[in-house]
Amino acid sequence: MEERRKTTTGSDQHDHDHQAVPSDLALRVKAIESLLVEKGLVDRAALDAIVDAYETKIGPRNGARVVARAWVDPAYKKRLLTDATAAIAELGYSGGQGEDMIVLENTPKVHNLIVCTLCSCYPWPVLGLPPVWYKSAPYRSRAVIDPRGVLREFGLELSEETEIHVWDSTAELRYMVLPERPAGTQHMSEQELAGLVTRDSMVGVAKVTAAKSGAAP
Amino acid sequence: MNGVHDMGGMHGMGPIRHERNEPVFHEPWEGRVYAMTRVVRAGGGRQNLDNSRHLLELLPPADYLRMTYYERWYARLANQLVANAIVTREELDTGHAAAGSPKAEPRVTAAMVPDMVARRNSARREAAVAPRFKVGQRVRARDINPAGHTRLPRYARGKSGVIVRDHGVFVFPDTNAEFSGEKPQHVYSVRFAARELWGPDAPPRDCVHIDMWDDYLDRA
Repeated sequence: MEERRKTTTGSDQHDHDHQAVPSDLALRVKAIESLLVEKGLVDRAALDAIVDAYETKIGPRNGARVVARAWVDPAYKKRLLTDATAAIAELGYSGGQGEDMIVLENTPKVHNLIVCTLCSCYPWPVLGLPPVWYKSAPYRSRAVIDPRGVLREFGLELSEETEIHVWDSTAELRYMVLPERPAGTQHMSEQELAGLVTRDSMVGVAKVTAAKSGAAP
Repeated sequence: MNGVHDMGGMHGMGPIRHERNEPVFHEPWEGRVYAMTRVVRAGGGRQNLDNSRHLLELLPPADYLRMTYYERWYARLANQLVANAIVTREELDTGHAAAGSPKAEPRVTAAMVPDMVARRNSARREAAVAPRFKVGQRVRARDINPAGHTRLPRYARGKSGVIVRDHGVFVFPDTNAEFSGEKPQHVYSVRFAARELWGPDAPPRDCVHIDMWDDYLDRA
């Protein structure tokens, strides 16, 4: 773990757009929780269950399984590109912020990149909750005006021949990129392929490589 | 509204900080704020997704830029609970429910969570509304500056593009955010050439797709 804030007061060690956390914020959040429990709105166990769902179940491994299936099953890939919501639901993934999905295929000619310049729209059922950088001002401001510069910061230099298609998620459509299957993976099983697919490749800020191990990002 | 949230094309925001093996929540309180927001959103009352987004946009701009993502969510949650009369400012400050304060019904329990997170709450509507445009048509984004909520980003206003997809009929956020009706209408994917948006120095074949409602568009 490169950097992980240890306490709410130690945020100055944390140099993305985390700054100036009021030292009593954790306490204020506790106070709201106590109030909502006391007023009978929610059980603490329900809040635990929501946090657990997004920490352990709803994350980029779901999207990786969708991508791997599309790589090994041409009929599935066709369904995914024509009716992504239904094709993704075939694998059991649906829900909030994935109601109306669109999957965009990366090819040698077209590279797709997803952003939400106005807030932080992101396809939760397949990718989980978005990382800090996706929600941050630097990414939101520059992805549309300088996508090649943004990709370079992620270590991805694309040829001038490749068109970059940026998708700004301004409505209730949620986008996911179908990255290119890397060369030299013909022998791999669907499960092994899923292990190669990173979160970043499904946002469009990275390619999938045969060498990389599958842990997000 | 022409707020700081409308960031597309701005300069000076600094480098992108990519964190390896980033946790879903950096602190326990972030997860609690997220979960409580989901609970409030799943409940009834005077709230919807568009209004929730607008509440974030209404944070003072300096605060918006200074705060972390979940600090904004905390501020919105507190504001929303007070605005919807679920809690009072006094209760927020003391952390205790006022004597005789009413109990909410029904209580959200852990058993309800799987359904809650799996629930589709689509903004798509089956209303028979005719599309004003068709795929392949050239359109121009209206040069409008509404003071309320809008999903028409500033960087696209007045620019021309091509309809590449008709997504169907969806709730219109500009009116829904202020509880003045869903005004369902077609949403399109509109392709704008990078050079149309950013001038002749942009790469010749790059483009940006923006989802736009009928009310954002005119014939070009």
